[in-house]
Amino acid sequence: MEPDKARMAEHFINAIPHCKALNMRLTDIGAGKAEMELPYDNKIVGDPETGVLHGGAVSALMDTCCGAAAMCHPSSPSGTATIDLRIDYMRAATPGQNVRTKAECYHITRSVAFVRATAFDDDDSRPVATATGAFTVQRK
Amino acid sequence: MPRPRPEPVQVVKQRRDAALSALVHGVPYINFLGIEFERRGDELTAILPFDDKLIGNPLLPAIHGGVTAGFLETTAVIGLAWSGLWDDIESGQISMERLTEGHLPRMPKTIDFTVDYLRSGLPRDAYARARVNRSGRRYASVHVEAWQDQRDVLFAQATGHFLMPSKDD
Repeated sequence: MEPDKARMAEHFINAIPHCKALNMRLTDIGAGKAEMELPYDNKIVGDPETGVLHGGAVSALMDTCCGAAAMCHPSSPSGTATIDLRIDYMRAATPGQNVRTKAECYHITRSVAFVRATAFDDDDSRPVATATGAFTVQRK
Repeated sequence: MPRPRPEPVQVVKQRRDAALSALVHGVPYINFLGIEFERRGDELTAILPFDDKLIGNPLLPAIHGGVTAGFLETTAVIGLAWSGLWDDIESGQISMERLTEGHLPRMPKTIDFTVDYLRSGLPRDAYARARVNRSGRRYASVHVEAWQDQRDVLFAQATGHFLMPSKDD
């Protein structure tokens, strides 16, 4: 992918108010691939007794990361929107640890980008969640 | 045997509202998004008041898809927990003191959640209602519908599967 496009995608992600509110970071972006990180924060806890993050915050991270992967695919569009997103929650993210996610746009047509993503905490061997989604491809 | 005299309506309402408030306001993420619940009898409507921090696309602007997912998942989990607790709330079996002190009952855990984005979320308040389609001893299936200005014009819907907390511990 051209460096311009990567910069554009990065700029776009950083301009998203909800991502800023969650302090999400884009850590890597390439042809049809993106990596993002969500810092652990008490304000997005879903289970106050254990301190486990809420699934919604993980959804927001995975949705953004999947959208970024779709946007930076070489034969892709400028913008994108989620058509559908399924998230499987394999286990609770360990309290206090950041959640990282890697997304890959594994197929793209003129109209639809197919994306999958996996999320981890500090343990790389056991995923916290996986996501699969379909995203729109905006016509130029 | 004569029917026992029904409790005064204020007592019943107060107990239901206190239980619901404890369930909702004990969760930091729900407070972060600003979600509130309205109750009519046992029917709940979740409300997501619009806020700039919910925006995912600043050009349109539109609500972030992750916010929509979090809003619908919250509606599903609270709806499911609420329907499971209803009998205990009505019978007074649930300890309101413990609940309002923040000792929440064990909540259902999300196994998977699929969101169908029907149209972009406008910069307005959003509403959602959950329907528990099946709630067994171990698993539950819940459907959620979300709308903004018009009840019949959904902007998103979702289906999720949940693991129920075991009753015996």
